[in-house]
Amino acid sequence: MSPDRLNVTWGRKDLLGIAELDAAEIGVILDTAESFAEVGTRPIKKVPTLRGRTVLNLFFEPSTRTRSSFELAEKRLSADSLNFSGSGSALSKGESLIDTALNLQAMQPDLVVVRHQHPGVPHLLARRLEAGVVNAGDGAHEHPTQALLDAFTIRRHKGRLEGLRVAIIGDIQHSRVVRSNIHLLTKVGADVVIAGPRTVMPPELARLGVEVTSDVDAALEGADVVMMLRVQLERHQRSLFPTVREYFRFFGLTEERLRRAQEDVIVMHPGPMNRGVEIDSAVADGPYSVILDQVQNGVAVRMAILYLLMVARKEAA
Amino acid sequence: MTRVLIRGGRVVDPSQGLDEVRDLLLEEGHVAASSASLADLADAPDIDIFDAFGLVVAPGFIDGRVHLGEPGFEERETLQSGLRAAVAGGYTAVVALPDSDPVNDTRAVTEMLRSSAEALGLARLYPMAAVSKGLRGEKLAELGELAEAGAVAACDAEHTLGTAFLRRALLYAQHADLPIVHRARDCDLEDDGVMHEGEWSTRLGLPGCPGMAEEMVIARDLLLLADTGGRYHLSPVTTAGGVARVREGKASGLALTCEVTPHHLVLSDQEVLTSGFDPATRVAPPLRSADDVEALRAALADGTVDMIASDHRPYHRDHKLDVQFSASPPGIVGLETTVGVCLDRLVGAGVIDVMRLVELLSTGPARVFGLPGGSLEVGRPADVTVLDLDATWRVDPEGFHSLGRATPFAGEELRGRASAVFVGGRRVDA
Repeated sequence: MSPDRLNVTWGRKDLLGIAELDAAEIGVILDTAESFAEVGTRPIKKVPTLRGRTVLNLFFEPSTRTRSSFELAEKRLSADSLNFSGSGSALSKGESLIDTALNLQAMQPDLVVVRHQHPGVPHLLARRLEAGVVNAGDGAHEHPTQALLDAFTIRRHKGRLEGLRVAIIGDIQHSRVVRSNIHLLTKVGADVVIAGPRTVMPPELARLGVEVTSDVDAALEGADVVMMLRVQLERHQRSLFPTVREYFRFFGLTEERLRRAQEDVIVMHPGPMNRGVEIDSAVADGPYSVILDQVQNGVAVRMAILYLLMVARKEAA
Repeated sequence: MTRVLIRGGRVVDPSQGLDEVRDLLLEEGHVAASSASLADLADAPDIDIFDAFGLVVAPGFIDGRVHLGEPGFEERETLQSGLRAAVAGGYTAVVALPDSDPVNDTRAVTEMLRSSAEALGLARLYPMAAVSKGLRGEKLAELGELAEAGAVAACDAEHTLGTAFLRRALLYAQHADLPIVHRARDCDLEDDGVMHEGEWSTRLGLPGCPGMAEEMVIARDLLLLADTGGRYHLSPVTTAGGVARVREGKASGLALTCEVTPHHLVLSDQEVLTSGFDPATRVAPPLRSADDVEALRAALADGTVDMIASDHRPYHRDHKLDVQFSASPPGIVGLETTVGVCLDRLVGAGVIDVMRLVELLSTGPARVFGLPGGSLEVGRPADVTVLDLDATWRVDPEGFHSLGRATPFAGEELRGRASAVFVGGRRVDA
């Protein structure tokens, strides 16, 4: 189906997290993304869907992958985009968030994509802005577009999400990716097991409807999907595990360890990877890895989100 | 001097175990008479009549933990705005923390605060002195002289005192008969936490403060207190574990008192999520788990808790409200909401009765700090709070007398409020 003939409606102004979505909404986003994935296979990878709409990409925290993925999605939809980053702009000169928001409002954007190191900043902006806000990662809270592109990737490889056993392994405490993925996967009926050293395991994680263990081998047993998380070395102000060497030995994903999973397991990583820390290159570059598919699918999923928030929502109104 | 006759009110006075309709005569700054009927006075020429039919007449409420900005932080609160807020909220007196600039660690600051407040003619102000010079936790402030100047307690605001220093403070403060008021928390364990550690901090991705960080310091403090003697006031207790320690400590006969805040009694850490990271839910100690809230309510009802204090802590809205949650300094204003919140959410909800609430807001703090108020016995200061239990009103921060605007109760409809206060026998309006 071509995106020009989509017939969907969307009821939300913002996409702040997966926590507030229901399974049906998640399905709408993933189905819409299927249509946009086709655009990426055309010789001319551009459609006029968002011509005349303005998107502000507001990245208070450095990002390569997410930011270029959003930019590419905007360009392929013919939107006009403006980029603000944390360094070399008013954002680093102590301007308050509210002033930033008011200035952005004055530019009359249709959508603002925001990444910030603190949880809740997209929510603060969403309350102040008439434009829609997309959370591109807020601290260790949520990264909804990542979870959606992960789900999209799983669905393409497995044909379903429901009933799959998904093992998510690594630095849970500092990961926004894991929180969004837990919400999404539990809402669509997957079984989620979380593994990592207890020092990076936030309390009462099991109350989010997942199984929790510090035994990576046990988590990998029978897994259909393995998601490795980046060890966020830069966020570790204190010793949460002894050494990188020890981490790799007990929590890193190696080919040998992966044999406990299903034969047709897929291995995912949100990037950027620390090779030899949480994942062995032999796995990252091996036959089970879908890591580069994730990147490719990210563009289609973000196109779908831009479309839903700017076009489908307006039609619904 | 004018005499005031408060007529026909339901006098609720825990200090006398009194809950009955009475008339009250205020004269020369004191309660001059109290009886079932003083009707024969009503026609006297020099008397003001205040009709309190259908209202509750209580000993004046005392807020035992209030941050006022003056001197040094007048953009947050001035003595005038803070004491007007107190009167508007139903208080006849407040106990002010010493974390001004300069810090209240000298006789001069204590005297300045007292005389400035007295000149305003609003609520009474009882200053707390710093325990340590400059709140640095190193050298003792001149507690003897500070007590002479009118300080009613010694407290280093939210700073946790080191073990050896607290021991010295508990020992030294005994000659000045000052209670040491302490916030118990292990900063090492709390680290960079911005909310209570638990399911909701996990969901929100915010660094958490484990509840145990409070309990372990309470346990340490009580070990010290058992050894040193002296008076110790825990300000506040917020966890189930902390409550259990306090209960044990009291049972073993320690001179230990504690307070709770209204927000810890009616809100849990889930509020940070449901409010969408509202900075007005950022307080220290943080809003705790639902189980902790239950334990605090039980301790309120069974008498373990000595008083309710608002921990009124104003900030300029630019710094407090127009920033993301983790950048917002912890603290909310409470002078103008505490009485209403307690009447609605505690008395209205059946957690405690009016008598117990008056004890927690008046008799309790008077006893903890050794103040002359807290009672309507004849001869006591004529500080009176009049309550209308049936008035419904909506919390509107823009209408606050306080310069602070941050409250998690904004927009809430509450049943019950203070409708008049008398300070030293004189009706005072905000």
